Amino acid sequence: MSEAAAGPVQVRATVLTLRRVDAYHALTLVAPAIATRFRPGQFVTVAVGGPETSMLGRRAFVVHDVRPDHGGTVELVFEALGPGTRWLAALRARDSLDVVGPLGRPFPVPKNPSRCLLLGVGYGSAPLFTLATKLTGRGSSVDFLLGGQSADRVFGALTARRSGRSATITTADGSLGARGPVTAMLEQVIREARTEVIYASAPVPVLRDVTALAARYAIPVQASVDVPMACGIGVCMGCVLPVTGTDGITRIVRACVDGPVFRADLVRWDDVGTIPFDALGAPGWKPKAEGHLHAG
Amino acid sequence: MPADMRAKLGQVELPNPVLAAAGCAGAGRELAQFLDVARVGAIISKSIMTEPRTGNPAPRLAETASGLLNSVGLQGPGIDAFLQRDLPWLLSHGARVVVSVAGQTVREYGALASRLSDAAGVSAVEINLSCPNAEDAGRLFALDPVTAGSVVAAVRGSLRPDIPVFAKLSPDVTDIVAVAGACVAAGADGLSLINVLLGMAIDPVRLRPSLAGAYGGLSGPAVRPVAVRCIWQVAEAFPDVPIIGTGGVRTGRDALELLLAGAWMVGVGTAIVHDPSACSRVARELEEELAALGADQVADVIGRAHRAHGRTLGRLVNGPRRV
Repeated sequence: MSEAAAGPVQVRATVLTLRRVDAYHALTLVAPAIATRFRPGQFVTVAVGGPETSMLGRRAFVVHDVRPDHGGTVELVFEALGPGTRWLAALRARDSLDVVGPLGRPFPVPKNPSRCLLLGVGYGSAPLFTLATKLTGRGSSVDFLLGGQSADRVFGALTARRSGRSATITTADGSLGARGPVTAMLEQVIREARTEVIYASAPVPVLRDVTALAARYAIPVQASVDVPMACGIGVCMGCVLPVTGTDGITRIVRACVDGPVFRADLVRWDDVGTIPFDALGAPGWKPKAEGHLHAG
Repeated sequence: MPADMRAKLGQVELPNPVLAAAGCAGAGRELAQFLDVARVGAIISKSIMTEPRTGNPAPRLAETASGLLNSVGLQGPGIDAFLQRDLPWLLSHGARVVVSVAGQTVREYGALASRLSDAAGVSAVEINLSCPNAEDAGRLFALDPVTAGSVVAAVRGSLRPDIPVFAKLSPDVTDIVAVAGACVAAGADGLSLINVLLGMAIDPVRLRPSLAGAYGGLSGPAVRPVAVRCIWQVAEAFPDVPIIGTGGVRTGRDALELLLAGAWMVGVGTAIVHDPSACSRVARELEEELAALGADQVADVIGRAHRAHGRTLGRLVNGPRRV
């Protein structure tokens, strides 16, 4: 497939089904051009509120599943928290929607079969299941560690138990699995599963803790960040975070085009939401020629 | 019969008068996934500064009713990277390029203009005057006629004479006609109206400003009436000065409204965030609007509302001066 053919498309997609999954909603759209281009970890954006909408930002959602039915369907999982997602939750079958995708950097998969741990919190677990299928298809093993506030906020626990070599569940209120955050179980799971690679999709503070812990075991982490986006294609510069390049230089990068999946050890988790003083182009930053003025 | 959609920017002919506005089209590459950049009237680059710049901390964006507040803070790669990477890419894809420049001092604007003089393929330069003036306690250049004029003079003086200069004005002034007049007197070949309005939103759950930088620029359909008013006033005062009308254009009908107010061309900005193919859609819809009106060409509707209002702009008698 040529590079151009793999790029995102903007389509009018038809709603096939919209169903409740515990605390969340699963929206299945008929969007063959997106389904065929999709790779695990990528996301789509949708315009909400109809043609005269007052909501100008697009809503970004990771893709939970793609299927070949109806030429290709794409399923998104979301929580109806604001006016945009509430509007989506009120859609009905056969409604149509402006959808752009697939967008962003997908999960890279190991060349050789590896023992992979897939960690998700809340609806953040959604992108892990297509990844699991891809990994097992290439001979890797998959263990799941899923968490959430309560039993109805652990997404995909059943699928994880069915498809994973192991599945560990934690909830903050103890209503399902072990009580506590996923990070409390992480070391035990890593040791028992002899994890070689971690894929994580969770809120930023969890990703930060997972990255720090995995570093102690020298386990590489690929992290999918959930940061607010408005355009999803890289023009609005809204979804930025500080990431260090392999050249050692920190840049303020866009989660929508450089992510949403990042090599976790390169993300400056403690500095998310800030402009680190040493980031390229930060106030006081000087181009290389004048670098000697800024020793240390 | 379909209307003739062509427009003229300096010596450069545009296939249509719908431009991608500065700051919402990056350097074109992102949009090229969804439309043919060669068929957009012109791409106005995200404002370029002399050095790379990180911009402001996040959150940088907040959605308001029919509006978007942003405090991106001019994040960008700097002029060197733009000239090496972005400009050649745009030109190789057949785009007409208007380079938006932003500076912290009058001198920085002039330096940028000199650099652009040596670059081939720049159709026009747009001066983003809504930048904090480091030499005046961070007051925006656009707020004062004298300061705005001195920036225009610095750019005009350093730029190759065949490249037209458009000054982009802020609506956050008491008398936009006075600022427009100062820019024209200082050598601006055209004006872009309007830049964002300063606004603010407070998160009622977190009980703090929605933007990390507290306030930011408001854009989107919410500001369109302000754009129409500013274009109207400036077109009335300077009927022979070309205007790129920008502010809340989402549809072809919105674009028509800005043309009727006196704009010669129309920029599409925030609508791109909502619809990545907005520029080509608006151009197509505008063509339909003109056909429905029986207009033969875009010039037939430029400033037309002034005539209905009992005034005739000079260019409607003499025909538009093609800059």
